[in-house]
Amino acid sequence: MELKDTRSGFGAGLTALGRKNPNVVALCADLIGSLKMNEFKNENPERFFQVGIAEANMIGIAAGMTIGGKIPFTGTFANFSTSRVYDQIRQSVAYSEKNVKICASHAGVTLGEDGATHQVLEDVGMMKMLPNMVVINPCDYNQTKAATIAIADYVGPVYLRFGRPKVPNFTPTDQNFEIGKAVHMQEGTDVTIFATGHLVWEALEAAKTLAEEGISAEVINIHTIKPLDSKAILSAVSKTKCVVTAEEHMLNGGLGDSVAQLLSRNNPTPIEMVGVDDSFGESGTPMQLLEKYGLDAKAIITATKKAVARK
Amino acid sequence: MTNITELKEICPQIRRDILRMVHANNSGHPGGSLGCTEFLTALYFEIMNHNTNFSMDGIEEDLFFLSNGHISPLWYSVLARSGYFDVSELSTFRKLNSRLQGHPATHDNLPGIRMASGSLGQGLSVAIGAAQSKKLNNDNGTIFTLLGDGELQEGQNWEAIMYASANKVDNLIATIDYNKKQIDGSLDDVLPMGDIAKKFRAFDWEVMEETNGNNLEAIISCLNNAKDLSAKGKPVVIILHTEMGNGVDYMMGTHAWHGSAPNDEQLADALSQNPETLGDY
Repeated sequence: MELKDTRSGFGAGLTALGRKNPNVVALCADLIGSLKMNEFKNENPERFFQVGIAEANMIGIAAGMTIGGKIPFTGTFANFSTSRVYDQIRQSVAYSEKNVKICASHAGVTLGEDGATHQVLEDVGMMKMLPNMVVINPCDYNQTKAATIAIADYVGPVYLRFGRPKVPNFTPTDQNFEIGKAVHMQEGTDVTIFATGHLVWEALEAAKTLAEEGISAEVINIHTIKPLDSKAILSAVSKTKCVVTAEEHMLNGGLGDSVAQLLSRNNPTPIEMVGVDDSFGESGTPMQLLEKYGLDAKAIITATKKAVARK
Repeated sequence: MTNITELKEICPQIRRDILRMVHANNSGHPGGSLGCTEFLTALYFEIMNHNTNFSMDGIEEDLFFLSNGHISPLWYSVLARSGYFDVSELSTFRKLNSRLQGHPATHDNLPGIRMASGSLGQGLSVAIGAAQSKKLNNDNGTIFTLLGDGELQEGQNWEAIMYASANKVDNLIATIDYNKKQIDGSLDDVLPMGDIAKKFRAFDWEVMEETNGNNLEAIISCLNNAKDLSAKGKPVVIILHTEMGNGVDYMMGTHAWHGSAPNDEQLADALSQNPETLGDY
């Protein structure tokens, strides 16, 4: 399996957009290399804006640039794309309904050695609470590239979340990305695992092991957390009758939260959640951190067995 | 070009609108609104090239962004009196289901508003973005923005001030409403700002200071000079000395009317000082 970072998928998508859409502009807060924005910058110097270490100003400028028809893509780490600039996003982007694409790298614990100051685990929750905001967390390089290209055609604020480490690149190249449309990764009859971001791969690995133990797990990739594909989720659950959610995010406010809310209102179902339980992260390698914080295939297997037992 | 006599007749009417809007709800911000009445009147009725048939993108127009959104009664009155929407709508200010929200919003498509404001410190960044968008579009329009003086205490402004000069955003004319007052008292009581002009100069802006910020002729002349100074590689800032509560004697010389509405008697007194010229809404 080829290993590639999702942030490079973003960079490749942005480069493709630069070549095909003259209205796309990009802004970065001193992290061009980390966000893989070099190619866009080199090919479109007049449409690239280095704002320095000033994220609040970057969000405001991006909002202003939409007036006149530009489609701004802002790039910095997920922590500085959300919690640091929440009020700027709230007033100047979400409430003002501006066509800004907030592109956030190094999300979650897999940022690794930099530790908890940089490992935001609350970003999906913050962003999904904002009216008008679309929240997308693709699973690999190919899907991140496709999502980056797709959000330029959607008019309105979008939060696009991706990460730092090299992870398996397992979805098709040049795939069509449909915002809000869940993707069936694997069929199964005993349980449905709804996963997002890096944990889609972990869920697929878990499903392999579970199959060997006689549990048939369906895996669905919820790359768009808002708007949630309620139809796909309810339809899957009506068949399998128990659910696991998996995400590299705090349990409060994340994908599991959204799925639980949907199910409790429409079809109360046993649900187990894989995510970080009210804790900050710490320094370590990405794989060590996924294991320690209960976010790897092993944790998904344990959660799945619990969910199945509760049916 | 509007006759200066006509402009002078517009101002008392706008002050009446502000006072009546705020009084009707017993809420809103009359002090700063009254203090900037002459400035916004000059901008919309004399200086800016703008189209009251509103479009969000405002191509080839001059655009205005209000950063200190709490002086919304003034902006709403100026927009209505300019022809963006009917003056009768001013009666809905701050009421349920109104497009005239307490602080400006784009949500209900009120013509003339391009960005929500109210949470302070964000307008200058937005104005810079709009200015750079115009440059990308080879659009010769100028971006105007108004900020409160106390608002400069918000750090985002200094990020924006640094960026604008570094990037030669020279199609931008920012004005600071320098009334030296904020909610809790004078600037010097709350957080002394020092020499604001000197600070902007240190950040390599073209700085103008207008000490007659409630005099229409002075404001128009200042804004025309500011336009002459623009497109020369530097953003322009005007430190506009204003009197909070201008035009209503008991509201002047104090910060007390920043966010307080007059009662019935006070309203009558204030209106008697500002005769109806264009017809009340």
